[in-house]
Amino acid sequence: MQTPAPFEYERASSVEGAIAALERLGGEARILAGGHSLLPMMKLRLASPEHLIDINDLSELAYIREEGSEIRIGALTRHVDLLKSELLARHYPVFADAETVIADPVVRNRGTIGGSLCQADAAEDLSAVCSAVKAQVVILGGQGERVVGMEEFHVGPYQTAVGAGELLTEVRLALRPGAGSAHEKTERRAGDWAIAGASAAIWIEGGAITDVGIALSAVGITTVHLTRAEEQLRGEAPSEALFAQAGAIAAEDCSPGADGRGPIDYKRHLAGVLTHRALRRSTARALQQEA
Amino acid sequence: MDVSMHVNGERVSGEIEPRRLLVHFLREDLELTGTHWGCDTSNCGACVVLMDGQPVKSCTVLAVSCEGHEIRTVESLEVDGELDPVQQGFHELHALQCGFCTPGMLMTARALLDENPDPSDHEIRTAISGAICRCTGYKNIVSAIRWAADAESATRQEA
Repeated sequence: MQTPAPFEYERASSVEGAIAALERLGGEARILAGGHSLLPMMKLRLASPEHLIDINDLSELAYIREEGSEIRIGALTRHVDLLKSELLARHYPVFADAETVIADPVVRNRGTIGGSLCQADAAEDLSAVCSAVKAQVVILGGQGERVVGMEEFHVGPYQTAVGAGELLTEVRLALRPGAGSAHEKTERRAGDWAIAGASAAIWIEGGAITDVGIALSAVGITTVHLTRAEEQLRGEAPSEALFAQAGAIAAEDCSPGADGRGPIDYKRHLAGVLTHRALRRSTARALQQEA
Repeated sequence: MDVSMHVNGERVSGEIEPRRLLVHFLREDLELTGTHWGCDTSNCGACVVLMDGQPVKSCTVLAVSCEGHEIRTVESLEVDGELDPVQQGFHELHALQCGFCTPGMLMTARALLDENPDPSDHEIRTAISGAICRCTGYKNIVSAIRWAADAESATRQEA
């Protein structure tokens, strides 16, 4: 029987209360959201926090709404709600692409976007999605809030910019014209972690790529931000040849490890193919030409 | 920690150790052993129960997190000797062999039909994609859930 080691538990009744508890309890306290990464790690003693602060009652952190020129997503928003959101489907279909292949529907009833991002597992899909769409995340602490981009947010494997005494509260997506986005993932079986995954977002105006974001999951020790490929695409007219080049860069710039899911050359190949496909589908969506 | 929740419509309260998982609280403390404890890693779906009507894997939910919530287990399906249509469907169409996955399958199916009374086979397969059956090959399970949907539709039309 797998049971977590003993810990002290408290249930937060407000965001301020959760932060006060984090500050009071110090580095041995962890936030419990959906629990579908943290509890399995605690069962295996990969994590043994002395205190858990349960934020599942904080319904004020569960929302997806349009505010000015942004979509704002509360950190406690569950995968199931990201999948069903019409607002996200309209502006950033990459979320629905990813959510249909994240774990299974029952797990998606519990897991949250904030938990997924803070887990910062390189194989996790939403970290790549948020990187591709150039999300900004709001980190709240006793001293006030910070807003950081995903490159700054990802500090290392399972490490983020969220410090002790801080809470990720919101994910922000800018609404810009000409956007298209898509997520591609290859997995061994339904609900499994990716062998490799690629997220892309593209912005096209007047026939040229004004901006692009590409990120890979499961092919490095952290989410791979494909900045070199992005630079090659910016300002160009979208084309199959260009996307093939980006795919070739993706295969070069990732750093997969060999494991039960496949050898390194296979994963590099996948990273290239999936990047190409994600860019192709993003572009079709941006141009409203999706088949 | 003092916790109060509803399980199968009855209020349950008492002292629960924070690390107690919902599946063990149900099986050992409440002696509701219909919920099965399987892989312990939120993969197999044998431990699925409904939390406020939504299926969740009870091996990956702390019992103390259920404060104030409504939990529904497989024991609640049959009422006064009458099987729930999903149970009847599993019976009619031989949707189980060893039965280990069945409680989770039944609760997952119940939640699906509560939300979507007329699911396609694809929607049924998606809904149960978080539940593993090593005996049936799933075909009869899908047929049984379809049977239950049809039975409930017929009952609604009669009413």
